[in-house]
Amino acid sequence: MCNTCGCNVTPGNQTLIQNEKPKEGLTTISVLQNLLTHNNTQADHNRAHFDTEKVLVINLMSSPGSGKTSLLESTIKQLKESLSIAVIEGDLETENDAQRIQAQGVPAYQITTGTACHLDAHLIHNVLHHMPLKGLDLLFIENVGNLVCPASFDLGHHRNVVLLSVTEGDDKPSKYPVMFKAADLVLITKTDLLPYLDDFSIDNAKQNVHNLANNAPTLTVSAKNNQGMDEWISWLKSQINQHQVLLSNHQTQKPKVQQDGALLHAKATPHKFYPVKTHQQ
Amino acid sequence: MHELSLCENLLDQVIKIAQQHQAKNIESITLNLGPLAGVEPLLLDNAFKILKIDTVVANAQLIINSTPIIIRCQQCGEQSSATNNYLVCPSCQSNDTQLISGDELTLASVALYTAT
Repeated sequence: MCNTCGCNVTPGNQTLIQNEKPKEGLTTISVLQNLLTHNNTQADHNRAHFDTEKVLVINLMSSPGSGKTSLLESTIKQLKESLSIAVIEGDLETENDAQRIQAQGVPAYQITTGTACHLDAHLIHNVLHHMPLKGLDLLFIENVGNLVCPASFDLGHHRNVVLLSVTEGDDKPSKYPVMFKAADLVLITKTDLLPYLDDFSIDNAKQNVHNLANNAPTLTVSAKNNQGMDEWISWLKSQINQHQVLLSNHQTQKPKVQQDGALLHAKATPHKFYPVKTHQQ
Repeated sequence: MHELSLCENLLDQVIKIAQQHQAKNIESITLNLGPLAGVEPLLLDNAFKILKIDTVVANAQLIINSTPIIIRCQQCGEQSSATNNYLVCPSCQSNDTQLISGDELTLASVALYTAT
């Protein structure tokens, strides 16, 4: 790809080529900088902290009531003997969820956002001032229940897990593409209710995720009757192992929040013609 | 809701650029915004109208370029347009596609009047 003959210009990035306006005194400054730079810089800083202490950080997202906290309670019951776990909870109000986690015997820190509908890297950074990371294997961040905004905010975590309960409808991935496209794992929850529902097809839900060009695995679980919990826990353990291997090679991983578009359009140098990087992160 | 905080970040970036170039006045700010960025152009425009008052961008026009959703198939190489929730290759039906345009949330450029 070169800057001189234009072979790196595609219909996708053509609109980014700016022509300098010859109006007197008027100059066009090319920037090509992501608007979420502020959050993303803080997120990278958080991730560096996590990586120094070798903690795998998982962001749990879903609509309100999909079963994030129940899943964590059940997961912690089964894992706390073998892994050191902590949880950061995000809600607009109440400390209910942090208290439920604390009752399982692991540390939980509640962020009450007031009116903010999603967690961001700065809120997580504030918690890190009060939360020792040393010795932790796994940190869950239970995001604010919301299928829209949390998907856009890198918290400095490593993996996105998106929950969809069987009472929500199997077309939710099509209705909330940004969220489900960001999933590294989709968990279909509350499968104990399937006998009472005639309108949820696991295959349809999987197909809808597939159509978002997302090949993330889809697992089904029930925190109530333990269905699928073994596979979910296997996935968690394999993620911890994979992450340790990456860290030992001085690498890390970002969740699928990092937008492909931003990867292709690197920060511009003050030229009229902007090179487009196409290598993957 | 967070269109407002995004706009604040946007203005911070633009004001820094204005200071760097000793600009007297900002003519326009151009954003590239894709449908999969998770941001609503109209709300961003409204936020800008509110936040620009009494700043160096008070007279600036906000131009939002809506970028198209374009995918490139990793299996057959075909490049095609797609929709928000259907990103499968129309030629070979593979879902192994890369989004090359459509999720941008970028401050593309700022047109300003320099001191000279």
